[in-house]
Amino acid sequence: MTSDMATRPPVTNSHTVVESGQRAPWRGLLRWESVLVLVLIAVLIFGSSQTPNFLNPTNFFYTGLNMGEIAIMALPLTLIIMTGEIDLSVASMLGLSGAVMGELFSNGWPIWLAMAAALVVGALGGALNGVLVAKVGLPSIAVTIGTLTLYRGIALILLAPRTITGFPLSLTKIGVVPIPGTQLAYSAAIFLAMAVIAGVVLHATPLGRALVAIGLQPEAAQFAGIRVNRIKIWLYVVSGVVCAFAGILLTLKNSSVSYDAGTGLELTVVAIVLFGGVSIFGGRGTIIGVVLSVAIVGALQQALTQMNVQPEVQNIVIGVLLLISVVIPNSGEAIRHIRDRARRRV
Amino acid sequence: MTQSSTTPLLMVRDVSKSFGAVAAVQGVSFPLYAGEAHALLGENGAGKSTLVKILAGVHGADGGALLMDGEPVVFKGPAASRAAGVSVIYQEPTLFPDLSVAENIFMGRHPLGVGRRIDRAGMNREATAVFTRLGVQLDPERVARGLSVADQQIVEIAKALSFNARVLVMDEPTAALTNVEVERLFEVIRTLRAQGAAVLFISHRLEEAFASCQRVTIMRDGRSIRTAPIEDVTIDDIIRSMVGRDLDALFPKTVTEPGEVVLDVADLCRGGVFDDISFQVRRGEIVALAGLVGAGRTEVARAVFGIDRRTSGTVRVNGAELPNGQPLAAMNAGVALVPEDRRQQGLVMDMSIDQNVALASLGRLSRFGLIRRSSERELATTWASRLQLKFSRMGNTVSTLSGGNQQKVVLGKWLARNPSLLIIDEPTRGIDVGTKAEVHRILDRLVAQGLAVLMISSELPEVLGMADRVLVLREGRITAEFTRAEADEDSLMRAATGQSPEVAA
Amino acid sequence: MSVITAPAPAPTDRPASRMESLLRARELGIALAILVVFGLTTLNNHAFAQVASIQQLLNGAALIALLGVGETLVIITRNVDLSVGSVVGLSAYIVGDLFKHHHGMPVLLGIVIAIAVGATIGAVNGLVTTVARVPSLVVTLAMLYIVRGVDGVIVHGTTIDPASIPTAFTAVGYQTLFGIPWLALIVAVVVAAAGYAMRSFRSSRDLYAIGSNPDAAALAGIPSGRRVFTAFLISGALAGLAGALFLALHAQIDVSGGSGYELTVIAAVVVGGVAIFGGSGTVLGAALGAVLLNTINQALVASRVSSFWNGAIAGALLLAAIAFDRWLSLRVTRSLRSAEGAHRDL
Repeated sequence: MTSDMATRPPVTNSHTVVESGQRAPWRGLLRWESVLVLVLIAVLIFGSSQTPNFLNPTNFFYTGLNMGEIAIMALPLTLIIMTGEIDLSVASMLGLSGAVMGELFSNGWPIWLAMAAALVVGALGGALNGVLVAKVGLPSIAVTIGTLTLYRGIALILLAPRTITGFPLSLTKIGVVPIPGTQLAYSAAIFLAMAVIAGVVLHATPLGRALVAIGLQPEAAQFAGIRVNRIKIWLYVVSGVVCAFAGILLTLKNSSVSYDAGTGLELTVVAIVLFGGVSIFGGRGTIIGVVLSVAIVGALQQALTQMNVQPEVQNIVIGVLLLISVVIPNSGEAIRHIRDRARRRV
Repeated sequence: MTQSSTTPLLMVRDVSKSFGAVAAVQGVSFPLYAGEAHALLGENGAGKSTLVKILAGVHGADGGALLMDGEPVVFKGPAASRAAGVSVIYQEPTLFPDLSVAENIFMGRHPLGVGRRIDRAGMNREATAVFTRLGVQLDPERVARGLSVADQQIVEIAKALSFNARVLVMDEPTAALTNVEVERLFEVIRTLRAQGAAVLFISHRLEEAFASCQRVTIMRDGRSIRTAPIEDVTIDDIIRSMVGRDLDALFPKTVTEPGEVVLDVADLCRGGVFDDISFQVRRGEIVALAGLVGAGRTEVARAVFGIDRRTSGTVRVNGAELPNGQPLAAMNAGVALVPEDRRQQGLVMDMSIDQNVALASLGRLSRFGLIRRSSERELATTWASRLQLKFSRMGNTVSTLSGGNQQKVVLGKWLARNPSLLIIDEPTRGIDVGTKAEVHRILDRLVAQGLAVLMISSELPEVLGMADRVLVLREGRITAEFTRAEADEDSLMRAATGQSPEVAA
Repeated sequence: MSVITAPAPAPTDRPASRMESLLRARELGIALAILVVFGLTTLNNHAFAQVASIQQLLNGAALIALLGVGETLVIITRNVDLSVGSVVGLSAYIVGDLFKHHHGMPVLLGIVIAIAVGATIGAVNGLVTTVARVPSLVVTLAMLYIVRGVDGVIVHGTTIDPASIPTAFTAVGYQTLFGIPWLALIVAVVVAAAGYAMRSFRSSRDLYAIGSNPDAAALAGIPSGRRVFTAFLISGALAGLAGALFLALHAQIDVSGGSGYELTVIAAVVVGGVAIFGGSGTVLGAALGAVLLNTINQALVASRVSSFWNGAIAGALLLAAIAFDRWLSLRVTRSLRSAEGAHRDL
């Protein structure tokens, strides 16, 4: 992870002597998640005020449908960012797996085999990321920019300029109907199930605690017996497989695939994770926050679409949300910094 | 050797500084004369670092004054203190690794040539000139990355000189130097003195103060206890002033009969770092690895624990051989390592106290794969009381604790695993005197109960006071072994530096 | 006091450790690679070495090289600017729109406006990064969204077509001087000026210091905030200029102009020897990196390799470049360290 000029804000000011009882970091996080809940409620109120029947189940279905794949990709990315790394190749892997699946299927492979192959490709791609970052020790931002380009390029080689269609209707129905008896889109349901698993892992298991330790202080984690490199490699493999799975879902949902599926989505996924309160420096963040972030962005996009607002404006909104999500937590530190400097000049 | 004038170049008069309720420095006074090297001695926690920061302009004093050439000065910031001619060389050199040595010296003040462009040739020339003044030769165009600590210090000193520093403050300069490099540093100090500068030499190593300085000030608990010319004091005087109590109480020692072999290291080798290391540690005994910084002691410990991979040799714990490079396997075999660098390696500073204590025991504290928070809390509370940890809330981050209490948290983390072998690297570095004695008591008690301890220490009194056996390393090899009875400061130093033993008079 | 005598270390005057030679080696290496690729391709397809082909080569690389100059400045300080691509699109469209409605507008004014647009966005990036202490990855990511969104709103689905743009302006795209396209000349001048400035002025050296060791830079009294702000300002301004040149070169612009450029620029810059973690690298190297990447792209076309391979190759190349850089720096550090006691006594 690029260590930026803005260094991680310290929990205590290095100049103060230790006695002042500092609150544990998790208290700060609960504050952000509470803010997100309020924002979600505000968005829902806003949506209802602009469109009649905003809160009806059909909207809920469509929101889940639109956000499903993005949301699913956000989960392993959250874990990766928690360890202080990043994975910008997520959307390219989504595209590549769709391309693999489409190409094999159009060559006569049974659909299930094609999907399995796509997942294997995801694992391999993730392994490449993991080995380059953890074993070889290259910076993850540079590596995943490279693999982002590489995987998208391979998808291009495989598919372009064709668009593959003709996927089995029994599967593509996930793009049209919700789970019977509910208004939950299949991909949304899968996301929620995965979120529960991710949440339990991150917040209640030794592995999750290890991830936090790696993000906060990788050397100390290593000295405590945590196998840092191994964990990072596996995280990237999981990310690859999950993104490949998301690619399969997207292909089935759209009932077609072309090489540029999901181009540019990686930035949306990163934005959603960061807006959910996960620190780009690693070691801080919750799954609940990411789920809330997904809900907020989904609801907001749905509301804006129903108001016939251009997609471009939605981009502006996401960008502003992202900025706010990082400026506000830092603002205390920034104000203190400005005050110190002003005092010094006296 | 005496002062060239009666007015000190820099006078610290009655300086005080508090942080919140804690008085770090109280009424400290001492003079720095031109042409003189002045040692500032004191244990960790005596207030030396705070005083250095005041001299550097990083902190402003709450009370008292600094006088340069008799006139009071106030430093508004590091730039101001540098402009006044005070340069501080910190223990950790802060250089720019990607830039050349000359550019490191002149960053922000590059000599300018035609049209305000940087005159590189001139810069390199001036850098060489400064090095010549120091009596060393270093290629100014060389990139700073990869320089040894000693060379980095020389660049820092050159930087200070290029600022026309009249007062050079060196904070623990010898901590990471080999013996040869220490000698070179003393030469440099002599040269600086001859050019009329005043050198403030901060250390807790008494023999170095005697070797290089003409005047000494001793600090304890934030106050200056005594200032005197070096010839008027003895080592015992100094120790008594620094510690304020009898030395023996610092090192409680219960003599225990050693049991079976816990750690068996045979022909351990790591290319280019250490070679042919063989030794054993038994239950109930403390084996100390002594030697100079850079001798390879920490590296041996890291290889035994598995953080670094060994090139050849075997490590056996309780008879079973450890696989290469797997700390987890060592831990499961009963080995614990309290590392040298507390803040980066021993603790996760932004995690809470209980989370740090539990970090190495999470598997044990889980049921059905989920961590039981109550067990975690219980573990932490148990060890906090056993180790007499001083804290305000268990949920606070460990960064809120003092150095000594932080070390207790690290100890608690490892003792919670009930290890059979404890490797502890610099057990009391950066800890106040009171907690130092507590840590030694804890170790002594554990050893009496059957723990095997491998201790690495650069503090000779600690080695002599605590160890049952001492192995001396020099440049990656074991050069001598002493029992508790045989070991003394002189023989240890000789083995560490490679001098032949003195013939008994 | 006994003086411990140790054998004086042999004088190790390793030229490889000198700053100058380290820099030159990288740039020469890339230049060599460019020549090799060029030579091999020409052997295969003589048309590759024709004037028109070389001109196309230079023009294709020029915009990325220009963006590379600004990106280099930012990356050297341990930051990153992801917004450059969207700035190109926005400034190109604004200038194009102005030409469309004010045909008589002087060419120079158009260029100045483009630069101003870019500089404004760069200033916002710089302010948020330095004052609000937000990691630049996040800031420029958010800005990418916002700028694209604003661009989309302004463009509203239209396209500026060649007819709207005065020929005096598009002349930049096809006019040549001694056979070298004006576009390439302009960029070459910028690269040369920037390269000179980076070597010769104190404030430029501050940028290296900030990226090499931010703490030491603060201790040395370097005004990091001001310098980093300036780096972002310049990066934005150059992106704005690139937008104007884009318009001149392509003579048309729609909503997707410049999209994806940021990743190409980062790849070019890293291949060109700028360390992703800051502190080292030159603008000349970055420009050469852009030329190399573009040469490879064009070489593939000329060798009748499907252009679909471009992306994959670029990705693989970037991965190879960072792996190579890491290997190189490990080797250099090891050889520098083994020159123990690099100093001698007089």
